[in-house]
Amino acid sequence: MTALSPVIALAITVVVAGLLFAFLGKDPVQGLRIFLVEPFHGVRGLTELGLKATPLILISLGLSLCYRSNVWNIGAEGQFLIGGITGGWLALTVTEANLAIPRWAFFVLAILAGAAGGAAWASIVAFLKDRFHASEILVSLMLVYVANLLLSYLVFGPWKNPAGFNFPQTVNFAAATEVPRLLRGMRLNAGFVLALLAAVAMWLFMFRTLSGYKLQVGGPAPAASRYAGFSARSALWSTLLLSGALAGIAGALEVTGSMGQLTPYVASGYGFTAIIVAFVGRLHPLGCVLGSFVLSTFLIGGELAQSRIGLPSALSGVFQGVLLFSLLGCDTLILSRPRWRRST
Amino acid sequence: MPTFRTGGEGLESVTPPRLQLEHITKRYGTVVANDDVSLTVEPGEIHSVLGENGAGKSTLMKIIYGAVRPDAGVIRWNGEVVHVRSPHEARALGIAMVFQHFSLFDTLTVAENVWLGLSREHTLQSVTEGMKRKADEYGLELDPARPVHTLSVGERQRVEIVRALLAEPQLLILDEPTSVLTPQAVDRLFVTLRQLASTGCSILYISHKLDEIRSLCHQCTALRSGKVTGTCDPTVATTASLSRLMIGAEPPRLVHRETRPGAVALEVRDLRLERIDRFGVSLDGVSLALREGEILGIAGVSGNGQQELLAALSGEDLRAGPSALRLFGKDIGRTGAGERRRNGLHFVPEERLGRGAVPAHTLASNLLLTRRESVRTLGWIDRTALGRQTSAIIGRFGVKASGPAAVARSLSGGNLQKYIVGREIDAAPRVLVVAQPTWGVDVGASAQIRGELLALRDAGCAVLVVSEELEELFEVADRLHVIAKGRLSPSISTQVATRELIGEWMSGLWPTQPVAVNGGSP
Repeated sequence: MTALSPVIALAITVVVAGLLFAFLGKDPVQGLRIFLVEPFHGVRGLTELGLKATPLILISLGLSLCYRSNVWNIGAEGQFLIGGITGGWLALTVTEANLAIPRWAFFVLAILAGAAGGAAWASIVAFLKDRFHASEILVSLMLVYVANLLLSYLVFGPWKNPAGFNFPQTVNFAAATEVPRLLRGMRLNAGFVLALLAAVAMWLFMFRTLSGYKLQVGGPAPAASRYAGFSARSALWSTLLLSGALAGIAGALEVTGSMGQLTPYVASGYGFTAIIVAFVGRLHPLGCVLGSFVLSTFLIGGELAQSRIGLPSALSGVFQGVLLFSLLGCDTLILSRPRWRRST
Repeated sequence: MPTFRTGGEGLESVTPPRLQLEHITKRYGTVVANDDVSLTVEPGEIHSVLGENGAGKSTLMKIIYGAVRPDAGVIRWNGEVVHVRSPHEARALGIAMVFQHFSLFDTLTVAENVWLGLSREHTLQSVTEGMKRKADEYGLELDPARPVHTLSVGERQRVEIVRALLAEPQLLILDEPTSVLTPQAVDRLFVTLRQLASTGCSILYISHKLDEIRSLCHQCTALRSGKVTGTCDPTVATTASLSRLMIGAEPPRLVHRETRPGAVALEVRDLRLERIDRFGVSLDGVSLALREGEILGIAGVSGNGQQELLAALSGEDLRAGPSALRLFGKDIGRTGAGERRRNGLHFVPEERLGRGAVPAHTLASNLLLTRRESVRTLGWIDRTALGRQTSAIIGRFGVKASGPAAVARSLSGGNLQKYIVGREIDAAPRVLVVAQPTWGVDVGASAQIRGELLALRDAGCAVLVVSEELEELFEVADRLHVIAKGRLSPSISTQVATRELIGEWMSGLWPTQPVAVNGGSP
């Protein structure tokens, strides 16, 4: 029954969306068509969906592992930003040195740089929790703002393009740093394939290896984990480092694949949206992939709603919220089966 | 002794029976849990319902308590036909129940837990006072201000009993109430129950302990596979005849062989551990030596340091000094649980769900907590081998489960216990530490588990059994220690020890010098 919960939640969200369109004076059918059907239109639509789904898949995979292990990493957005910064730094270095490096080689290096940046950022959370029992929820969330300020400092200061009319942005990265694309004329790139491979790898890790198994005992049954002799510390560190690395990779690919330069606007909310994806996907790698497509449909639908029928794109945020809220509601109602007390 | 009606056939009652079940039938799918069950409980009668796990006792009690609706049959309460639709209605009628699985919230205090279940006109203050009064009246030790998570299983049960008594019930249902009490406490409980019965309260007493039933109950109904196999007067019945009613045979006898203890396998030297929370028990200079090829029992009422000692032995609590614990001559005081297991020390904890097994995981998955046979290079899990291994344990220990993919939570307590004990016995450990090996397990399976423990001993394994069931300890152990208030008594051979002596030791009164009683070391 709980496996069905995301489907019920999605249905509730669609109904609420329809009502909301009607309330805003728009035709609900047209509104829903823009949100749910238009994003799938044509090769361009589908590839754009895949492009948006890529970071969501990568980040939600790591978060699923964290949450299964009872480590509440809420700051994937920050780890994503730092991954963007380290990936961007690599691209800047290559650009400035004018290195002739094959795209595939740079792709691999960018992945490594992003992973290192994201993992380093997440390691702060792990250290503070391990050493001082600081709540990982608060620390990881606060670090999102620190990461954003760090990015702002870099693009407003040392990394600003001197020939950029004082705009807060870096130079455009060299063509060699561009993530290899999958189809001619489409923005979808090799990052998407990487995300799908990561999902397969995560599935194998979670369900076919002892290390993955160990991480999933401490969440539902901490006493059983102590009984078995699984280290809670190593679970904390490995889940945070791994999810930080995945978010960092997503950030590096976003910067080098889609943006082509660093601006103060790398923060796009993927890190937060991925939390919803992880829960909609039942913390399961396959669910994460499906959930990422659902949420990217919302994201693109929001943009389309803005351009086609003049609705604020914040609407997609509202729908994300409704989706998470109804999902948690469904879970609670299904699991605890409340009954109304009859007055006697 | 209170007078009571025997409830035999043909007896003309002036007052109607307290409870009459007529032809109760309940099916779950194709399984018939209760098949045409009838029984009569008179006012003031202590009526035993005897049967193994899965015989249908629990379903029958749930029907009386309104938690389950029967498919057919009639319930009469004081002569009137009633339809008990919910536990709430059952309580309104005057039926109280103490479950085997407690329903207490860990984070709340004892009094708050009880208060929560009462109607709103009671204040916490009045509940606290009421509990203290009831506890005193029946000689039950209880501190209403303690948080429930600090209580042992035995103490939790006491809370449930007092909670039930607060409702001033006309019928009290008790499900296996003595499994966690000392002999003296059992005697006290029986005094309590007889006292309660003499005031006219009827008691339904669910148990598989035949000698208890014979000493306490006035009437007995035996169930097997959902059917009534007979009723009898347990005061005149023999243990053998009760056993035949219950399982269709006499309980299997354990074959005891001469012990030949070998070298010391596990040694505890002057273990001192400060309690972790203020309701815990500090271990105060515990020393023991467990030899290969012997079973050492530790008796004691729950909450006297057993949990603390076991956590230190298993490696879950690593605060002991490095050399306070020695395994085969090596210091293991600072060695983690996984490493101790790799060195041959296996442990069966008291809590099955959440500690011995992850409730939401499958049985196969739970095997990985302590077993590594199906893990290949680089930590790759061979699912086929894992499934085979799980099936083998399920088969060997007669665990009732749909298969390796069954979720741990879906098993009954006794079945999960069989699986967990089986998992550790099957590992062929060199040292096995077991807490409450047969808690809630039926007679046949208990005998099997005890038999397996003896077989392990005969194969040279050193076995430490911590149990609150004295019969069990006398049955399997070669030597006994008693733990009381965090201190450990000298050991005494079970050949020499008596129940009365052990009972005395349980209150902390043992000779300070280990004189002639130290019968273990040759």
